[in-house]
Amino acid sequence: MSATTLDIAHDEHRDDEASKLGMWLFLFTELLLFGGLFLVYSIYRNLNIEAFRAGSAHLDIFIGAVNTIVLITSSATVAISITAIQKKHYRLAKNLLWFTIFAAIVFMINKYFEWGHKFEVGLYPGGDEFNALPGGERLYFILYYFMTGLHGLHVIIGAIFIGVVIAKINKGKQTYNNFALHENAGLYWHLVDLIWIFLFPLMYLIV
Amino acid sequence: MENKDHHHQESHHIVSYADNLKVWIALLFLTWLTITIAYVTGSVAIALIVATVKAGIVLAYFMHLKFDSRILTILLLVTMTVFSGFIVLTFFDFALR
Repeated sequence: MSATTLDIAHDEHRDDEASKLGMWLFLFTELLLFGGLFLVYSIYRNLNIEAFRAGSAHLDIFIGAVNTIVLITSSATVAISITAIQKKHYRLAKNLLWFTIFAAIVFMINKYFEWGHKFEVGLYPGGDEFNALPGGERLYFILYYFMTGLHGLHVIIGAIFIGVVIAKINKGKQTYNNFALHENAGLYWHLVDLIWIFLFPLMYLIV
Repeated sequence: MENKDHHHQESHHIVSYADNLKVWIALLFLTWLTITIAYVTGSVAIALIVATVKAGIVLAYFMHLKFDSRILTILLLVTMTVFSGFIVLTFFDFALR
């Protein structure tokens, strides 16, 4: 290698705008993935209005509301942590990200109790209580488990993503003027929040 | 911080701590509103309208669309238009059976 190539290699290749655009393109595919499920939901709900209302009555609005507040708050802490890293408040940025992971865990624990309770009474696809339900309510529960389950998977992935960002901040690889990964993790987390914003009224609030 | 001539990135708008907190409070208020409206009216349409307002606030402020390059907003609108097309076509198919 000649000295000139070394000089060129000295300049790190980075394009934050493109990195963010790439993340958004991925988020669009996520929107269409969940969008398709929302479409299935709306068609079947139209066909089974009363059954979906009855199915929804099995859910605890209180737990759903708590989880909504948990996700909105964790979305806020991610947003604030991006402000913090830009202001070089690294400790605050990391603490806020840790809080977000904590919120993700709280969310999943609530989910565990919610699902666990239904499994205990046999209210899961194939369970006795489930099999005794009319067709429309079974459809509701299949969609409920699939959509909140897929969303829960995104919560876990988002929390891991945020954990990676904390490690990068610790290593000095995410800084006040180089935080594209931090921002992208934030975007992913906000998407998780966005989907829940629609899942909550559609699953829990049919009264 | 706002080094416009830096070739790596455009100037980054910093959302202030106070603004982030205001957005958070607005979202909490709208969550309360959704639940209350659901109990009072039982209307899913209204719940969805409030949810859409919440989504718009998250997209504009937390996801920085208000401050980022316009192209991201345009692409989001294209995606939502395509998705709306799916909805309309599916409902047509469903309604005309």
